[in-house]
Amino acid sequence: MLSVDSSLDPLLKRPISLHRWLGNGDFQLLYRVVGKGTDILSRRNPGDKLDVIGPLGNGFSVSRKHGEPLLIAGGLGIAPVFGLAETLHSKTPPLLFYGARTAKEVLCIDQLQSLGINPIIATDDGTLGKKGNILNVLNKFITQNPKLKDQYAIYACGPEPMLKAVSTFAVKNNMKAFISLEKHMACGVGTCLGCVVNTTKGHKRVCKEGPVFPVEDIVW
Amino acid sequence: MAKKTPINLRVNLGKLKLKNPVMTASGTFGYGKEYSEFFDINKLGAIVVKGISLKPMKGNPSPRICETPSGMLNAIGLQNPGLKGFMKQQLPFLKTLKTKIIVNILGNSVDDYIELAEAMESVGVDAVELNVSCPNVKKGGIAFGTEPFAFEELITEVRKRVKVPLITKLSPNVTDIKQFAKIAEDSGSDMISLINTITGMSIDIRTRRPRIANITGGLSGPAIKPVAVRMVWECSRTVKIPIIGMGGIISPEDAIEFILAGASAVAVGTGNFINPAATIEIIKGIKSYMSTEGITSVNDLTGAMRCLKDRL
Ligand SMILES: Cc1cc2nc3c(=O)[nH]c(=O)nc-3n(C[C@H](O)[C@H](O)[C@H](O)COP(=O)(O)OP(=O)(O)OC[C@H]3O[C@@H](n4cnc5c(N)ncnc54)[C@H](O)[C@@H]3O)c2cc1C
Ligand SMILES: Cc1cc2nc3c(=O)[nH]c(=O)nc-3n(C[C@H](O)[C@H](O)[C@H](O)COP(=O)(O)O)c2cc1C
Ligand code: FES
Repeated sequence: MLSVDSSLDPLLKRPISLHRWLGNGDFQLLYRVVGKGTDILSRRNPGDKLDVIGPLGNGFSVSRKHGEPLLIAGGLGIAPVFGLAETLHSKTPPLLFYGARTAKEVLCIDQLQSLGINPIIATDDGTLGKKGNILNVLNKFITQNPKLKDQYAIYACGPEPMLKAVSTFAVKNNMKAFISLEKHMACGVGTCLGCVVNTTKGHKRVCKEGPVFPVEDIVW
Repeated sequence: MAKKTPINLRVNLGKLKLKNPVMTASGTFGYGKEYSEFFDINKLGAIVVKGISLKPMKGNPSPRICETPSGMLNAIGLQNPGLKGFMKQQLPFLKTLKTKIIVNILGNSVDDYIELAEAMESVGVDAVELNVSCPNVKKGGIAFGTEPFAFEELITEVRKRVKVPLITKLSPNVTDIKQFAKIAEDSGSDMISLINTITGMSIDIRTRRPRIANITGGLSGPAIKPVAVRMVWECSRTVKIPIIGMGGIISPEDAIEFILAGASAVAVGTGNFINPAATIEIIKGIKSYMSTEGITSVNDLTGAMRCLKDRL
């Protein structure tokens, strides 16, 4: 959770994922300007101090017992997914499916390639990679290589409709999948109960018990 | 050099004695655990925990919150683990703390409140706060907090059954809050706390949908502070019982404003979200204000606003 400045408007901290850990307490964030808060943030100067609390919540934790990691990023979902890819690549470069609206919004490609990761890309307007939805691309890929179903587990971050589609896909193909959810947040530490998601075990706090949940727990 | 007189932050709210006048507002501090990771919560005057009902409550669908200029709307829907869940999951940790524990309770009937208050008294919580004003759930107390007769009956009946200090939390969603303050005092409430959130609403004009699922929600944060200060001032001129002031406090200056208006203690709600250490900074700030102003006891600040006209 990050304060864009110390004024009262915007008031609340903004939830931003950790993009990359650089060691020594240094880290990088990757964000898109969508409103007032992120706009102010984009105007801050190098050397300015920001008030940040974190890391918060659970984050992705990859266990190879579920299978090799298959990553899916939608839009700015690449922010945490890239960080995950970076920590995973030293073992075996993970498979990465990456969907965005248009070529301009496809980020981190050079860095991914320098890690030896060649993402499979789809854009809504076809300006980069396949044209259309990344889930359709994934569907095709798995249909052509049905054996992969048993070898891979899915880790995904992106807009809610995409995560819902990931969930349907995982259930249909009997694959293990973990998704990172977004909800509007106020406290970020589990006290306001503003960010809950409906799960099979009742309401869970996305900021505390999440943001990453196994898909089978989520009640859509 | 003259010896510095020590600054005394202690306040006595009737039988409830606090080491300093700064507490947390119900529903913004969970049951204490989360913020204990950020600072020593034993330094607080008191912790007021999230409202507890007899049975667990699931709360409202999401989105439950949205931001508004200098404030936020919430419609959490009183999600809580219920009396049993509280006793089992939350009380053991609260018992280990060296600060006062105040439990906020809510119900759908006078009997619910009595059962909850008795249960809290039996486990030795330091005070019980009656949430009669939460505007979010259709049956969750709105009738008590805004209807004088139900309000009076509730406080009178709970008072008959428990000795534990009772705080009545007033709703600002009434025409004349002084009237409710007076009824609370006359019905045996040991103190009053105010204000709860102000009912509000916000619409996303692009989607034409309300920005929270419940449509209406409770407004909190700096946006409501002037209203809250005014209401504390009005109540302090009406009743003699101590007042816990809240509504938009995020800095020591805000807290001092409430005290000058007549509050004996203050509570920080939304301010915790903006800065998890807000309460601690407020305690420090009150202390340094007192030393600059040459005031030794914080009690001397309560109601110490100077009016232009004496008749005020
Ligand atoms: C766990 C989590 C991780 C996130 N990680 C990142 C990240 O790494 N990079 C990034 O760019 N963004 C991330 N977001 C989204 C980011 O928090 C919002 O884009 C940001 O809060 C918008 O603030 P604003 O003041 O610019 O926009 P506002 O003016 O508040 O809103 C502009 C638009 O953004 C929408 N919005 C506002 N807050 C959120 C939110 N919390 N979630 C989704 N939509 C929102 C509003 O509904 C509105 O349509 C994350 C959100 C969550 C919950
Ligand atoms: C997220 C949230 C949850 C709340 N839950 C409760 C509650 O359970 N019981 C209650 O009496 N008040 C509740 N309140 C009201 C606060 O205790 C407080 O009266 C109000 O927010 C005004 O103070 P503030 O502006 O400092 O937040 C809640 C407020 C917020 C923002
Ligand atoms: S943002 Fe407050 S509980 Fe998650």
